[in-house]
Amino acid sequence: MKPFDYDRAKDATSASAAAAKGATIIAGGTNLLDLMKLEVMAPDRLIDITRLPLKEITRTSDGGVRIGALVSNSDLAADPTIRTNYAVLSRALLAGASGQLRNKATTGGNLCQRTRCYYFYDTDMPCNKRAPGSGCHALEGFNRIHAILGTSEACIATHPSDMAVALRALDAKIEIEGSGGSRTIGMEGFYRLPGDRPELDNTLQSGDVITAVMLPAPVTDARHVYRKVRDRASYAFALVSVAAVAQMDGDKIKEIALAFGGLAHMPWRDGAVEDLLRGERLTPAVLDAAADKLLADAKSFGGNDFKIPLARRTLKAVLREACTTGERT
Amino acid sequence: MKTALTINGTTYQLEADTRTTLLDALRNHLGLTGSKKGCDHGQCGACTVIVNGRRINSCLTLACMHDGDEITTIEGLGQPDAMSALQEAFVRHDGYQCGYCTPGQICSATAMLEEIKAGWPSNVSDDLGTDIRLTAAEISERMSGNLCRCAAYPNIVAAIAEVGGDKS
Ligand SMILES: Cc1cc2nc3c(=O)[nH]c(=O)nc-3n(C[C@H](O)[C@H](O)[C@H](O)COP(=O)(O)OP(=O)(O)OC[C@H]3O[C@@H](n4cnc5c(N)ncnc54)[C@H](O)[C@@H]3O)c2cc1C
Ligand code: SF4
Ligand code: FES
Ligand code: FES
Repeated sequence: MKPFDYDRAKDATSASAAAAKGATIIAGGTNLLDLMKLEVMAPDRLIDITRLPLKEITRTSDGGVRIGALVSNSDLAADPTIRTNYAVLSRALLAGASGQLRNKATTGGNLCQRTRCYYFYDTDMPCNKRAPGSGCHALEGFNRIHAILGTSEACIATHPSDMAVALRALDAKIEIEGSGGSRTIGMEGFYRLPGDRPELDNTLQSGDVITAVMLPAPVTDARHVYRKVRDRASYAFALVSVAAVAQMDGDKIKEIALAFGGLAHMPWRDGAVEDLLRGERLTPAVLDAAADKLLADAKSFGGNDFKIPLARRTLKAVLREACTTGERT
Repeated sequence: MKTALTINGTTYQLEADTRTTLLDALRNHLGLTGSKKGCDHGQCGACTVIVNGRRINSCLTLACMHDGDEITTIEGLGQPDAMSALQEAFVRHDGYQCGYCTPGQICSATAMLEEIKAGWPSNVSDDLGTDIRLTAAEISERMSGNLCRCAAYPNIVAAIAEVGGDKS
């Protein structure tokens, strides 16, 4: 690890000011320290935000919930309101990492965790995300865990968070303290595709500190499902995951939100798939049409060819579950 | 950087480089070598300690971030002449071979049983309610952050089930 200076932030404004001057924010440290040990990230200065008062989960006036950026993944998953009204979020969190890691991992840190691409982790290899302009070895190398949607010639990495997939399906918003004051961004605008700037995971600007995640009022009478497909039953990242929140009208889908992990540089959501499903019964033809729509532009790179049929089957299985036996709110 | 750490009830004044992880502080600076380093990257759980009542990977946190915190390590859970219930159960059930993962397993299991008491659900819980049964599947899922290269898993699960069964 490279030497660094360490400071504790007094409040979000001073954390933002330190970050604007080049300090790297540390929260749970479970991703940042891993990468610092490997010198994939080598900050000169850390600003520790863990003593800021951002550990509360509170109800908002519009019937939603405000989750402080420092709420641990464990506390969030176990929170009674989240379990009851936003089951897909509890399930996604519980499907991630391990008991020990969830105790340390924070809501803000989880959103900003970096990709698990093998080349990104290996400083002896070219990688456009770690060293812009050096090339992407995943394109023709080992790419079993890589993206099939929204890729670019510069980068085919996926975003590894389970929590973010559920937050995308729930239409969460991110509250940010930045150099110009505070603002909120919807999940749809928080992440980005790699394009020709894969070094940018998200749309945060220099000096931005995430202070909270806001959930809208819960969808009433809905069924929630989070399904994660991975190489072992626990303590492994998703190859494909699907978060679903469905409202039924008899045996027809009234409203549905679907978000996908493991497929892209960001949690993937496709309004056209949801439009196609709205008002329909889940016949085999409808299931096929939904999967065709989702994967129409899918492109695989050899090692991840299996993800196209896997995404197809997982989507269908989740739709069946969401419309019948999924967790009720 | 100066950091005050209360470990197993004793307060230590640590003076160490900011890069020092909590695990290295325990083992190299304070001589508490019960906590083990397996991977140093959060992947094995050998370094598990309990901080302010919660189990964490001590390899993935900086000692200087824990100023004022209360830390329990395997040395604090029990000693050969006064073992904790889980330590005794691991001996009785032969819950190890080489023993390298054992301190992490026992620290992890100690805190995990408290998580169950608090009604925390897990990935394998049928519903998200608070009434959790300590099945083998629940124990395996909740202990998945602790790897055992000797694969003593069946005996580890049996030891935890015995102690957890008495408790809950
Ligand atoms: C072995 C292992 C297995 C894992 N498995 C999974 C898994 O299956 N699923 C999954 O989703 N995750 C998994 N994870 C990743 C884990 O969820 C993340 O490491 C964790 O959520 C990061 O949170 P943190 O608070 O520790 O972040 P940190 O490490 O402190 O920070 C991560 C990044 O976020 C930035 N940051 C932190 N807080 C803020 C803020 N408030 N505002 C702006 N920027 C901020 C930091 O600067 C840093 O770049 C795994 C990790 C490990 C080590
Ligand atoms: S896929 Fe992205 S992160 Fe992986 S090597 Fe290519 S540029 Fe780097
Ligand atoms: S040494 Fe900390 S998890 Fe392996
Ligand atoms: S007893 Fe050898 S690693 Fe678990």
